[in-house]
Amino acid sequence: MLILSLYIACFIILLIVYKTIVKRFSPYSKQKINTVTFGDESAVKPNRTASVLSILTLFFIWCAFTGSSLSPIHAPGPFTGNTSFSYTAKNSNDQIDTAQVYIRVNPVDGTLASPSPSNKNTNTFTKNDSAHVSAYRSVLIRVKMNDIGGNDKDYQIIKINNHDIKIKQTLKVDNGVVSLSKKGSLSFTPNKGWQMEAIWLPPPEAVYARMIEIAKNGYQNVGLFENIGWSLTRVIAGFLLGCIVGIPLGYAMGLSSWFRGWFDPIVEFMRPIPPLALIPLVIIWFGIWESGKISLLFLAALWIMTIAARAGVSGVNISKIHAAYSLGASKLQILIHVIIPNSLPEIFTGARVAMGVCWGTVVAAELVAAEKGAGKMIIVASKFQQTDIVIMGIILIGVIGYAIDILMRVVEKKLVPWKGNS
Amino acid sequence: MTQEVKKNASTSLDINDVSMSFELPNGDTAEALKDITINLREGELLSILGPSGCGKTTLLNIIAGFLSPTKGSVSLNNRFVTGPSAERGMVFQQGALFEWMNVRKNIGFGPNMQNIPAEKVKQRVDILLETVGLHGFGEKNVYELSGGMQQRVSLARCLANDPDVILMDEPLGALDALTREKMQGLILKLWKETGKTIILITHSVEEALLLGERLIVMAPRPGRIHKEYQLPFAEQAITMDIREVKKQTNFTTTREEILSMIWEMEEEIMGRKA
Repeated sequence: MLILSLYIACFIILLIVYKTIVKRFSPYSKQKINTVTFGDESAVKPNRTASVLSILTLFFIWCAFTGSSLSPIHAPGPFTGNTSFSYTAKNSNDQIDTAQVYIRVNPVDGTLASPSPSNKNTNTFTKNDSAHVSAYRSVLIRVKMNDIGGNDKDYQIIKINNHDIKIKQTLKVDNGVVSLSKKGSLSFTPNKGWQMEAIWLPPPEAVYARMIEIAKNGYQNVGLFENIGWSLTRVIAGFLLGCIVGIPLGYAMGLSSWFRGWFDPIVEFMRPIPPLALIPLVIIWFGIWESGKISLLFLAALWIMTIAARAGVSGVNISKIHAAYSLGASKLQILIHVIIPNSLPEIFTGARVAMGVCWGTVVAAELVAAEKGAGKMIIVASKFQQTDIVIMGIILIGVIGYAIDILMRVVEKKLVPWKGNS
Repeated sequence: MTQEVKKNASTSLDINDVSMSFELPNGDTAEALKDITINLREGELLSILGPSGCGKTTLLNIIAGFLSPTKGSVSLNNRFVTGPSAERGMVFQQGALFEWMNVRKNIGFGPNMQNIPAEKVKQRVDILLETVGLHGFGEKNVYELSGGMQQRVSLARCLANDPDVILMDEPLGALDALTREKMQGLILKLWKETGKTIILITHSVEEALLLGERLIVMAPRPGRIHKEYQLPFAEQAITMDIREVKKQTNFTTTREEILSMIWEMEEEIMGRKA
């Protein structure tokens, strides 16, 4: 909740700051050519400053809540160091005495040098105690163990820091909370602060360091690039197979009533089934080896490419076909010189979608069963609670998916320059 | 259908008693064309005019071979038309150019499909680029051209095949008035220079008058020939300025006559509907 409100606050503050700066320093940019922009979708273009700030904000929040050294400002971290509180006990003779509990809270990665001092006692029957605990953890302190008569039936802890306490009650003390258990022991939990434990969310530099380490030494004897390379190989193999079968099938469905009728129910039935739902069946049929994963990706790409190719054929302007016929072209020539080039924009749109789906599916398939691969790496890391590897894997998967899409767009621009111009 | 076109001494296109009826979704039949007979001699420039729904595009599609008439026949040089062929070239209103080819490849499409040697095709395309006024535009992409220039490419592409008959389906319909007038001049010039038989469909009365030695006004429901004119304006416009031709009194009176004729037809349709 806190993080969400901080995020929304960042959004609003940056928006206001940006608007003020724009107003202050470039008064002429207020003069817009189009006076109507609200409601005109084409006038809304992504503000790149906002994009950069958005990424920086996410990064900042990540840094701030993980105690990263990359950010100057942090959310308060967990308490570490020495602290103490006093307890007051009543013994079987109805005497009342007070003693101190000294606690040393160690940081997560290491311990402080010496145990906390147990000060000399001037008390009658209670004795001072000492304990140590790691940040984010809690410790049980059996204060009565060293007290004189502490095991007597009527021995009772009645106060913490001079506040009354009852069994199962929790009280705030300096740097933590204390609760009294049913058996009369005290449990101390140091303040956790607002930062995330590294096991939930490691700081960015830890993820980066882990990435460098894995890129150098690999993870569980498999190199980082080998893992990603395997995933990419599977995607490309499955995608190409999908294209090789799907595109001609789509053309046939666009050109022949029989093909259209025969394959229509199959395509329409298979299309809404998410590829992930096919994983169990594919494992039963093809096993968990490469053939299984590539078949799955093939199925993921196949229907998308089929539908794209079919749409590409249907989208041809009948005038073009008529023109080609009256220019003396044969059916084969029309297919090669008119129908195929005319369908390329649709096919590229399909290919981009198919690549995205394949990339998502390969990671999921590797989560289920794989020896090597990006998905396999993160599922294994999650079993060992190596959150930094999991996050690194997720970021890499996202970046590669984005890179694939950009690459496809570049190829599309090169091969189909007339798209959007006809 | 793509056999070598025989160069007869005279080409003639005969449209013989053609009728066309479509079955409507509700089971009725709609008569799009009824008993159309037109005979064209070589080099004739025929324009066909009529209100929308009079079946003029259907007729053109029958001549092109895209549609098969329910009655009657079309024959070119005494051979029946059974399907589209290179001997009957067609120019469309728009959207019929191939965006993935540059201007040169678009114009050379027909000859290339008939495996004419590349060198010959290049020569022919060069001449045509000059003829339609697109010199230096050969390597441009068609989507970079203006609407008027695109129609010039369409005309050149059709001529590259050296067809016996050129069918034009509202070739200037999508152009602005100024470009349109320029293109009318170009069509007349091409007609004179090549001596092709041309059938042109339009719903602009002025264009039909100017671009028709012969003008057929069609009437709707069923589509039929309503009136036929022999006109001098096309011949005149070759030597005279087009604007001058259009100013003549016999041009304007004929235009008004045809306009009121078409208005009457439109009103009759509206009345029948009401």
